[in-house]
Formats: sequence, structure tokens, C-alpha cells
Amino acid sequence: MSKLEDKPVSGFPSRTLKRSPTSPRTLFGIVMTGLTFLCAVLAIVPLVAVLGYVIVQGISQLNTNAFTELPPPPLVEGGGFGNAILGTLIMVGIGALISIPFGVMAAIYLSEFSGGKIAYWIRFATNVLSGVPSIIVGVFAYVTVVLTTGTYSAWAGGFALSILMLPIVVRATEEALRLVPQEVRQAAVGLGASNFQAVSRVVLPAALPAIVTGTTLAIARAAGETAPLLFTALFTQFWPNWNNRLLEPTASLAVLVYNFATTPFKNQQEFAWAASFILVMMVLLTSIISRLATARRVY
Amino acid sequence: MASVTDNPQVIVKPRSNAERKLDLGFIWLTRIFAIAVAATLIWITIQVAIQALPAIRQYGLGFIFSTTWDPVRNEYGALPQLVGTVFSSLIALLIAVPVGLGVAIFLSEDYLPPRIQMILVFLVELLAAIPSVVYGLWGIFVLIPLLKPLGEALNANLGWLPIFSTPLRGPGLLPASIVLSIMVLPTIAALSRDALISLHSDLRQAAVGLGATRWETILKVLLPSAVSGIVGAVMLALGRALGETMAVTMLIGNSNNISPSVLAPSNTIASLLANQFAEASGLQVSALMYAALLLFILTLLVNVLAQLLVSRVQRI
Repeated sequence: MSKLEDKPVSGFPSRTLKRSPTSPRTLFGIVMTGLTFLCAVLAIVPLVAVLGYVIVQGISQLNTNAFTELPPPPLVEGGGFGNAILGTLIMVGIGALISIPFGVMAAIYLSEFSGGKIAYWIRFATNVLSGVPSIIVGVFAYVTVVLTTGTYSAWAGGFALSILMLPIVVRATEEALRLVPQEVRQAAVGLGASNFQAVSRVVLPAALPAIVTGTTLAIARAAGETAPLLFTALFTQFWPNWNNRLLEPTASLAVLVYNFATTPFKNQQEFAWAASFILVMMVLLTSIISRLATARRVY
Repeated sequence: MASVTDNPQVIVKPRSNAERKLDLGFIWLTRIFAIAVAATLIWITIQVAIQALPAIRQYGLGFIFSTTWDPVRNEYGALPQLVGTVFSSLIALLIAVPVGLGVAIFLSEDYLPPRIQMILVFLVELLAAIPSVVYGLWGIFVLIPLLKPLGEALNANLGWLPIFSTPLRGPGLLPASIVLSIMVLPTIAALSRDALISLHSDLRQAAVGLGATRWETILKVLLPSAVSGIVGAVMLALGRALGETMAVTMLIGNSNNISPSVLAPSNTIASLLANQFAEASGLQVSALMYAALLLFILTLLVNVLAQLLVSRVQRI
């Protein structure tokens, strides 16, 4: 030891431990940091561009008629897209009614009663299901519902949306259930609760806020889906007819945007922007609210 | 429950047979629902395959290599659409992977205070939430007019290169790919960031302790360690891009020709389905189902691979 201390550390100038602002290593770091910063800016630019355009173009076209009147024919002023809003609500409602009970039950199994191989593969399949292109889900709904009932309908559209919502609901619910601490379950079981009682009276209520925000997000996503509705619900210029028990082509906001964006008529293009504005606002608000809600934990 | 309060002396009551059966039934019910979710995937495959069967019998594997799509003569081949699907996705990845990785690195390092970082992460994720039909609308009225002068200039000056050999008349492969890259960017950024964050902090400390700078640590230690997660993220983004329908349909021009130029209109399987399905009949429906089956198998393979890579990250 003493030997080392005696010897002055030659060939190791004391200044090397300082960071030199002009060394290639430092410069490389600065350049790379600048590049990643640029990437972050590049990622935000399209968001601002799209949101800005939709908001500016959308707000100027929006008035109360938009919610109460039917889509106008080409070159006719006025009108609205009340039937498309109603149709979207009906189909998203059907989708939610199917996918929420299904998804919540499946998530309860995955988080409460399973373990091991089956759960791993079910989780795997759920993730793969969320990657299935939405147009393929549309094709599937066409085969299973449109071909069997013989007509394009709100039911077919709702069925397609339910399959797209299902993986989102399962994942959101499972995450929500996992946030409930293990002690809560142990306490419930320790008091003599059965599995059913523990889940339904203790675990589910505790996780409910997170489940609700997760499913709301799924609903917002489903409302913006277009591809699966193109040949399941189709589109119509008219109000849904209740006498047909929803067994007829149904309008939706997303398909309205698609149809009207590709027409050469100015008045219809304006409605496409207005409908986009409503869709984007829905997604934006639910995203922000769910962010704020899940930031606070129940326990 | 009632008997416990009625008779305080009975503290522990053994569960009745019915109660126990109810409980077991509940567990089985949830299990059946869970299996049903997974079975949906198989159900989709079978249904689409059955409907595609007539076209598979008629055209066989030649369907993949034929370039005609002619409903009048009932001759169908999906090569142009397959090529368009793959090309548009690859160009989108070419743009989105560097930018997405940059974002992931920027948002996984401590450049910014955590609060601002969380807001940025949220904003990037918001890109994925905007409906694709809205991107399509924006692309038609904002992006394409913006790209037109650039496309003209590329064609005028670099027209001798096959990829710029046609002028950009409006919709085309390039606008569609750019919008696709915007749509898959959040997937790459968010999942790569997850992969980078989940790395053990010992790795970074060891590298810095050996005298590496921040960027030497990132490039030589962190990125190689997170590579399976990052590749998984890119694969998942590829899966998204292959199946994306609305924005592409509105921007790609829907021309069933193969052109080497990125400025020329093209087509994808998803757009083909979106355009023709509602009006198709007879063998055309079956041919469309065949194309759908090809797309489904393609995305399924990509997704399964991606899931395997990503789930390996999450288990660490």
C-alpha cells in the first residue's frame, strides 16, 4: 500500500478526470442529445397539426342543427348528422353491452383464480386479438352476422365493435384488479367470505373506478373505428327505424367522415370536419379524464 | 350471514354444499368467459377461411403471384395489393423507427423533470388514440397539398431514380406511408421506452462507473440489452401498419398496379377490402375473403412474434 502512495501517479495527469467540453466524446453526446430532442419535437408536431386543424375547421362548422338534422344532399346548405350520432351511440352501446360483461369476467379469472399456463396463453391470445386488423374483424362480423341475418345492420356493427373493445376491456380490468392489494382479499377471506363474495363485494368495488375509466377509453376508441363498420352497418341518410329492430343499414360518425371526405362537394366536406371534431373531442376528453382518474389510487 | 347475527353463539358455520357449488360455479363461469376470449381468435380464423375456400380452390397459390383484379372476368390475384401492403408498412417503419427510438431514449433519460416527461409521454400516446379516419381526412386536405410541391421537385430532379419516376398527382404511396408512420410512432416510442426503463439500474451504474459517458452507456449497454423489447415494439408497429385501413384507403390512391415509384398511387389488401367488399358478389366476395385471410395470417405471424419478444421483457 505504502508503495503506491509513495509513487506519484505519473502518466496520469490530474486534469483527465475533468470533463473537457471539446473532447469528441462530449461533442458526440451533445449531438445525440440534440437529435433525440428533435425526435421528440417531430413526434409532437403531427399531433398539434392534426388537433389544431380539426379543432379550427370543426368548430366553425358546428351548430345545433348538426345534432338534430339529417345529412344534406350535395350542394344543399344546412343539415346535420344527427342520425350518425345516434347510430354511433347505438352501435357503441351494443358493443359495450357485449364486451364489458365478457371482458370483466375474463379479467376476474385471469387476475383472481388463475395462475400458470392457461392464464399465460389466454393473456397471450388477448394481446394477439388486440392486434388483429379492424378490417378483418369487419369481415368476420360480415360473415357471422350480416350473412346469417341477411341484412346490414346496427347489430352487425355493434358485434364488430364488441370484438375490438374486448381485449382493451380485459386488459384494463385486469390491471385495475391487480392494483387492489392482496391484503384486502386476505381480509375478506379471513372474515369467512367465499370467493364469489370476496370478488363481488370487496375486490370489484375497490377496482371499480379504474375499471370504469378503462372501459370508457375502450368505448371512445370504438366510436372512432371505421373499417369494421364499412360493410357491417354500411351507411344511410335516414334516422334509425325502430320498427325494424335495428335490422337495417345504420349511419355512424366515423363512416360519415370517410364518405364525406372523399366527395367533391364542399358542404359535405365541412360536415366531415365537424364530425371529426366530435370524435376527436371524445377521445381527447376521455383520455385526459382517465389519466387524471387513474393517477389517484383507491387504496 | 343472517344466522350469525341471529345467534351470536354460532361463530363459525361450515359452508353449505349449495354455497360451495355456487362458488365453484362462479370460478368456472369466469374461466369459460376467459377461454371464450381466446377462442374468438380461432373462431375468426375458421370463419374467414371457410368463406375463402371457393377462391382458394379456384386460384390456389397462384392468387399470390397474379396481378389481375378483374371483377368483370372473375379473375383475381393479389400481388399488387400484397406488395403495396408490405411497401407502405416498410416505408412507414423507415420513418417511424428512428424517430420513435429517439423519443423513447429522450423520454427514458432524465433530461426533463418527471412531471413534464409524463405530459410528453401522454401526448405521444394520444397520437395513437386519434381515429384513423381523422388522419385520413387531415391527410387529404392538409398533407397531400403540402407534399405536392415536394413530390414535383423530387420527380423533376431525381426522376431518373425508379422510386421517383412518376409525379405526385395527389394520393399515393408516400402520403399514405407518412400518415402510417405517424400512427405507429406511439407504439414504437411507448414500448421501446418500457423496454429501456425496465432495465436494471445496475447496468447503467456499472457502465458509468467504468467511465462511459451517457451516450456510450445508451448505445453500447442499454440499447443492446433492451434489443428484444425494441424489436418486439417494431414488430407490433409493423402489425399495426399492415392492417391499418382507413387512413391508407383515403390516401394511397387505390390503384391495382405495381409501380416502383413511391409517388405513384398504389393499393393495400385492407384498402381493397374497404373499397370493394360492400359492393362485391359471388366469387369476388370469396376472392376478397382469400385476400383477407392472407392479411390475417400475415398480421397474426407478426403479432405472435412481437408478443413473444415483448412478453419476455415484461417477465424480467
